Amino acid sequence: MKRLGNNRNLTGLLFVSPWIIGFLVFTAFPLLYSLFLSFQEVKITTDGIKTNFVSFGNYEYAFSVDGTFVDRVLKYLEEMVISVPIIIVFSLIIALLLNQKIKFRGLFRTIFFLPVIIASGPVIKELIDQGITTIPSIEQYAIYQALNDNPDGFFNGILLYLIKNLIVILWYSGVQILIFLAALQKMDKQIFEAAKIDGASNWEFFWKITLPSLTPMIIVNLIYTIVTYSVFSLNPIIEHIQKNMFKVDTGYGYASALSWIYFLIIAAALAIAVGVMTVKRKKKYT
Amino acid sequence: MQTKTQQVNKYYLRTKRMFLGMQGTDGLLYKLLIYGLLVGIGFVYLYPLLYMGVYSFKSLDDLLNPLVNWIPTQFYTGNYEQANKVLNFFSTLMETLYVTVLPALAQTAVAAVVGYGLARFEFRGKKIMFVLVLATFIIPPQVTLIPRYIFFNELNILGSLSAFLLPATFGQGLNSAIFILIFYQFFRAVPKALEEAAQLDGAGHFRIFFTIALPMALPAIIISFLFSFVWYWNETYLAAIYFGDALTTLPLQLQKFVATYQQMFPAEMGVSGGNQLNEGIKMAGTVLSILPLLIVYFITQRWFVEGVDRSGITGE
Repeated sequence: MKRLGNNRNLTGLLFVSPWIIGFLVFTAFPLLYSLFLSFQEVKITTDGIKTNFVSFGNYEYAFSVDGTFVDRVLKYLEEMVISVPIIIVFSLIIALLLNQKIKFRGLFRTIFFLPVIIASGPVIKELIDQGITTIPSIEQYAIYQALNDNPDGFFNGILLYLIKNLIVILWYSGVQILIFLAALQKMDKQIFEAAKIDGASNWEFFWKITLPSLTPMIIVNLIYTIVTYSVFSLNPIIEHIQKNMFKVDTGYGYASALSWIYFLIIAAALAIAVGVMTVKRKKKYT
Repeated sequence: MQTKTQQVNKYYLRTKRMFLGMQGTDGLLYKLLIYGLLVGIGFVYLYPLLYMGVYSFKSLDDLLNPLVNWIPTQFYTGNYEQANKVLNFFSTLMETLYVTVLPALAQTAVAAVVGYGLARFEFRGKKIMFVLVLATFIIPPQVTLIPRYIFFNELNILGSLSAFLLPATFGQGLNSAIFILIFYQFFRAVPKALEEAAQLDGAGHFRIFFTIALPMALPAIIISFLFSFVWYWNETYLAAIYFGDALTTLPLQLQKFVATYQQMFPAEMGVSGGNQLNEGIKMAGTVLSILPLLIVYFITQRWFVEGVDRSGITGE
């Protein structure tokens, strides 16, 4: 019996072995190597790569000399703080709408999921360049003009950013809509009936039952949104990293340091987002 | 006098019922609101596509004419002819398919095998491995990019398909973690009794996997292939770095659209119009570069949309 168990153990390992090898070769080792490179000055010579230990030099350079990097990181964080909640709330609203008994449900699903298919960097860039990603003819409205004349205030800045990028922000929410929709459809119908008998209104039902039971999905969507938003090829930080990778005076070492800083920022953003969600959840149940 | 108030009251109630409904969800107003929202948001979603489609058919005269807004005065296909030349459409399309279909297939196959291993077997370190699988999703590709680039350079596979295919074959492709998770959820739901019955009949683990588990996982296979396909197609950052000039894809060609155009049709000095790149040509190029994906999507959208609910990406 024990031998059989062992055998099963080995077969399992055999099934996952491609991943284990791949992880070691293509992820774990590169991860460590890029950490190593980030502390080096890397020179490409004809006999290969020469490294020269510079301690935290690259990291210091990123924060002190390279002004564009810090600017871009701050802008990225600002945009993320605005966009991510909107994407989540928006995809939840659409999922709730699509979960109703409506005609042409298939058609609407097809439309709302369409952006996932064409969301590649160059296509979106082309659309942004043509100014198709703003709300059609928004410039004619007084609100926009008032905002545009005075773009410095905090809220004005946010509103202006939203108006200018609304379609792109909405286009990020395809997968999230599906995840919410799937969760909504798996919800137990009996709870709904029970709540109805107890006299709960739709409004109460949403806040007291639907939303709490969706919390795990909100966390999943938060993670998904932050990650995809961060690795999107139009992201200015990523452009900056790529530019530095092929620059002669900075090169691989500095680009590695930049990507590690970026990685830590994303990890911190994820930790904060997930942390906030779980703390809120725990409070509710105690 | 009284009868009149009663009658008014009755009408009032009836209209109220018609607009607000009996329970708040079946009234006319409510329906109007829902459909209004859906159509409105749907329009915002489709707006860029409509815009692209319309502008790609506009001739130069239409583009310059402020009276022509949504409907071009003539059916003009010149933009497409030029965009086709600039993108070198058909050979680029073949190349794009080559660098997207094969990695997508490899990625799906490996995700199925690994997902099965995680779902149906117990082995030491499984929990750690599970955490690591999820962690690979969070690591931005930029972090591992440089070492992989150096590594591929040494293997001499930069500029060839292997730069995409190799990581995909070992479960480290684009978003591999998501696909492993899909298969994991899927295979976990397969009843154990089925496996035991097959074992009694003398089938080994691999036979069970290939003859029982895999055919059952068809929805997961389809969804995983389609998503890998689309994600590989849209990947321009890694493709540009790994492939260099050796291989190209439609999105990469679109990225270089303006430069290629100017090279192919150098603007003549002093002559305006004619050969100049305009919005219509650019839009035609954009449409062409997403057209194959759109076609695939409209054929397979049922699987795209339903696959996620069915394959249990959201867990149980």
